[in-house]
Amino acid sequence: MTEMKLPIYMDNHATTPCDPRVAEAMMPYLTEHFGNAASRNHAFGWTAEEAVEQARGQIAELIGGTAKEVIFTSGATESNNLALKGALEFYASKGNHIVTSPIEHKAIIDTVRYLERQGAEVTWLPVPEDGIITAESVREALRDDTVIVSVMHGNNEIGTVNPIAEIGAVCKEAKVLFHVDAAQTAAKLPIDVQAMGVDLLSMSGHKMYGPKGIGALYVRRRRPRVRIAPLMHGGGHERGMRSGTLPVHQIVGMGKAAEIGRLEMDDEINRTRALRDRLFEKITAEVPDVLVNGSMKDGERMPGSLNISFTYVEGESLLMALRDVAVSSGSACTSASLEPSYVLRALGLDDENAHSSIRFGIGRFNTEAEVDHVADLVIRAVAKLRALSPLWEMHQEGIDLKSVQWTAH
Amino acid sequence: MAYSDKVIDHYENPRNVGTLDKNDRNVGTGLVGAPACGDVMRLQIQVSDDGKIEDARFKTYGCGSAIASSSLVTEWVKGRTLDEALTIQNKDIANHLALPPVKIHCSVLAEDAIRAAIEDYKKKKGLDG
Repeated sequence: MTEMKLPIYMDNHATTPCDPRVAEAMMPYLTEHFGNAASRNHAFGWTAEEAVEQARGQIAELIGGTAKEVIFTSGATESNNLALKGALEFYASKGNHIVTSPIEHKAIIDTVRYLERQGAEVTWLPVPEDGIITAESVREALRDDTVIVSVMHGNNEIGTVNPIAEIGAVCKEAKVLFHVDAAQTAAKLPIDVQAMGVDLLSMSGHKMYGPKGIGALYVRRRRPRVRIAPLMHGGGHERGMRSGTLPVHQIVGMGKAAEIGRLEMDDEINRTRALRDRLFEKITAEVPDVLVNGSMKDGERMPGSLNISFTYVEGESLLMALRDVAVSSGSACTSASLEPSYVLRALGLDDENAHSSIRFGIGRFNTEAEVDHVADLVIRAVAKLRALSPLWEMHQEGIDLKSVQWTAH
Repeated sequence: MAYSDKVIDHYENPRNVGTLDKNDRNVGTGLVGAPACGDVMRLQIQVSDDGKIEDARFKTYGCGSAIASSSLVTEWVKGRTLDEALTIQNKDIANHLALPPVKIHCSVLAEDAIRAAIEDYKKKKGLDG
């Protein structure tokens, strides 16, 4: 058996390692080419600006936009904040109604709640059991005073992919702005802001094998020209939408990451999907009573993503057995809050099955040997923990756990 | 989160896992917690004619700390009288396992499990709780 490096990283929804090619591209911009891209009167500034503009072009090409439509931010959280707060402020005369879904990333949910406290009205879209937000539900939610619709492309927890083009068409028809949080999918799944009718699109550097601390917001310039008020005021960088000296080395890194992602996308989709399917098939061949969270249909799930609940086994105890594997659980016990995953609950999953969920995120650097190793560990751990589980025993005896009077604590 | 060595030891090598016959008149069963909360413990005690706990078994659905807490109490109750077992407190369990504050509820649940098992036994025997 070939030697395997432990621990195995399989949590690529949380973050991804910087591709060595990306890190290499960044290096000169930390030392030799350290100029301020806003310095117009000397070569240091010109070199930096040129590098920034190249990266802007690489990111634009990834999503079918133009370089001028790409605004650099500190990450997808800032991009999401800027898109929503900026649009609500700029279009205040049109209305103050937002349409979004309850399974968005916290960077959307918390921003929307903030805007709600400032007087905005919010419609939360219904979430079907498979986790796919429908264009029809968006259509029904629209009002005359709707300023913006925000729906994520790929869900960070369950890996589902929403029908962005369909939702975009609905928004276009109603002349409502459409924002998409594409932190999970940019450079991993095809995105075309024209074909999808997207007006604002958030991206993150560190989710696409680039560096942390850098992100981008696509802001449409034509048909329609989208305006947003800035969060950061200052030197008027980024066409006045985001002041602050540009972190050139990080921008170069994100640009390179976008380029690699675009060029290698088709192969990567096929490779990671095959690994994901292999993991799922190996596990389910040995472990009964496994629930898949979110649609498993082609086109409705990110290729490297798998979220499954091992019924009658609590997630954190399973993670403890998988000490050599970096994965996440929707169990409350793994986070500071005592509530299980709000995303899984929005899908209508029982709390116990939310507590039992594990999220696997297969990425660019995972191998078949790693997948096989992880599958073996999971199979052994679930068998051990079910032997320890009173719920599994009751289930085997045919007792309906819903009929039991539990003592909540 | 880092686990203490004792939690890891109980998790890796849980003591007294299993099931006693819940219909046996000498067996008391305590089932505490709720699946929705992420913890369910079942503690069973087998009591001898002279009132001593001669055997104990557990099964637990829950995090590593919950598993360790219940595994530990099976060791602690064995050989004790019912009254002695009732003196075991959650803070003893938490201290022994070095549980962090967010895991104290696991030790509380283990104490509850002892009480529930003893109560069930007494009810069967027609003794006052």
